[in-house]
Amino acid sequence: MNIYIASLFEGFWLNIRLFILTLVMAIPLGLVITFGSMSKFRPLKWLVRTFVWIIRGTPLMLQLFVVLYSPGLLFGVPMKSRMTAAIVAFVVNYAAYFSEIYRGGIESIPKGQYEAGAVLGMTKSQVFFRVILLQVIKRIVPPMSNEIITLTKDTALARVIGIAEIIMSAERFTKQGLIWPLFSTGLFFLVFNGVLTLALGWLERKLDYFRV
Amino acid sequence: MPILEVKNISKRFEDTEVIKDISFSLEKGETLSIIGSSGSGKTTLLRCLNFLETPDAGTITVNGEVIFDAADPMSRSEKGIREKRLHFGLVFQSFNIFPQYTALQNVTLAGLLLAKERPDYKARKNEIQEEIINNAKAILDSVGLSSKLDFYPHELSGGQQQRVAIARALALNPDILCFDEPTSALDPELTGEVLRVIRELAERKTTMIIVTHEMSFARQVSDNVLFLDEGVVVEYGPPEQVIGNPGEERTKQFLERYFENGNA
Repeated sequence: MNIYIASLFEGFWLNIRLFILTLVMAIPLGLVITFGSMSKFRPLKWLVRTFVWIIRGTPLMLQLFVVLYSPGLLFGVPMKSRMTAAIVAFVVNYAAYFSEIYRGGIESIPKGQYEAGAVLGMTKSQVFFRVILLQVIKRIVPPMSNEIITLTKDTALARVIGIAEIIMSAERFTKQGLIWPLFSTGLFFLVFNGVLTLALGWLERKLDYFRV
Repeated sequence: MPILEVKNISKRFEDTEVIKDISFSLEKGETLSIIGSSGSGKTTLLRCLNFLETPDAGTITVNGEVIFDAADPMSRSEKGIREKRLHFGLVFQSFNIFPQYTALQNVTLAGLLLAKERPDYKARKNEIQEEIINNAKAILDSVGLSSKLDFYPHELSGGQQQRVAIARALALNPDILCFDEPTSALDPELTGEVLRVIRELAERKTTMIIVTHEMSFARQVSDNVLFLDEGVVVEYGPPEQVIGNPGEERTKQFLERYFENGNA
């Protein structure tokens, strides 16, 4: 029984790695995309919005295949590592979703907050970082929490390009006639998301000292 | 020399000319009230003075220095505007205080950031910061909020929030303090405390421009009143004249409508 469990843990470690790397890169990349989609320079704005539309409008599963195969097909340089392909696809996909959450958050801040900062002689970046940002963060924590919890489960999709994440590891045993490892993978996700929910709830409470 | 001279200011939004060729001047220590119906351009005029709108024509001169000239593109540069708008303070109708900061932090934030640009900041950092904080406490005390220093905006009433906003504007020691309908967003029972603070400022000879719907208040505190209608100055003069005994037909009509609607 220990080899089964060890194998599940090994698989889940890949899910966790993919989860962490995606978050670490998609959170800042999303902000860059937001600035693009809110740009006053129209061509850039429409280019970025079209990109976001394509990313959000097609399945992540398909995007995984595209990232894995297109470097080889288009440029003759095959993707060396499947994990790299998965990370690229996940980061781009989640950054697109995050960017829309950020945009909603930024646009929900009343114009008066910017004006109040400006008439007090603050620079644009001081207004953004000292006045706007924390209010945006407070507003986006609930939708971001939702998206982050979805991400943990989406990491299981990486198996379509041959990454031996937890469900793929468990399926091997199913082929040998053993079903319980597959079913028990759910527990891994449940426990992980439980911890995550607590952490995000803590963050939400940390920002409870003010109202927006 | 007047502290403020506004000459021939105009501003249009798309096809509508919101203010047309407005000129007036203000002496140091003077309180000027701007009255007029909604859409008369009062707020736009105030926003032009604070560089929240860029006039299409005209000049603004403070203490003899031309700080804005529509004909001179240089006077619109971002860096220049930041310094020049500090001649003015602005208190908004909707307070716009920063929700994540306490009353005291709201008042000190901009001052602490501006202090970083001072050449002696590094050498005297603690001293400067202490000065700014003590000054902010004194101002909050003067608007009756010494017991609310560490309260967050959502823990304060509307009247208290507006007084924090007034303190915040005063902390930067502007030459001219502007109010954009400071009591319009308040419940009637809370307007008194805000008007009292403004009255005290007038008594202490703070130079102020007040856009207001409170006619009796304007009459009491102002040295001069400017009646604006459809973007033009219809009547200007001491309150006894403009509100008490208007010479222009449009002013009379406006005041009649105002008092008919149950205002006093």
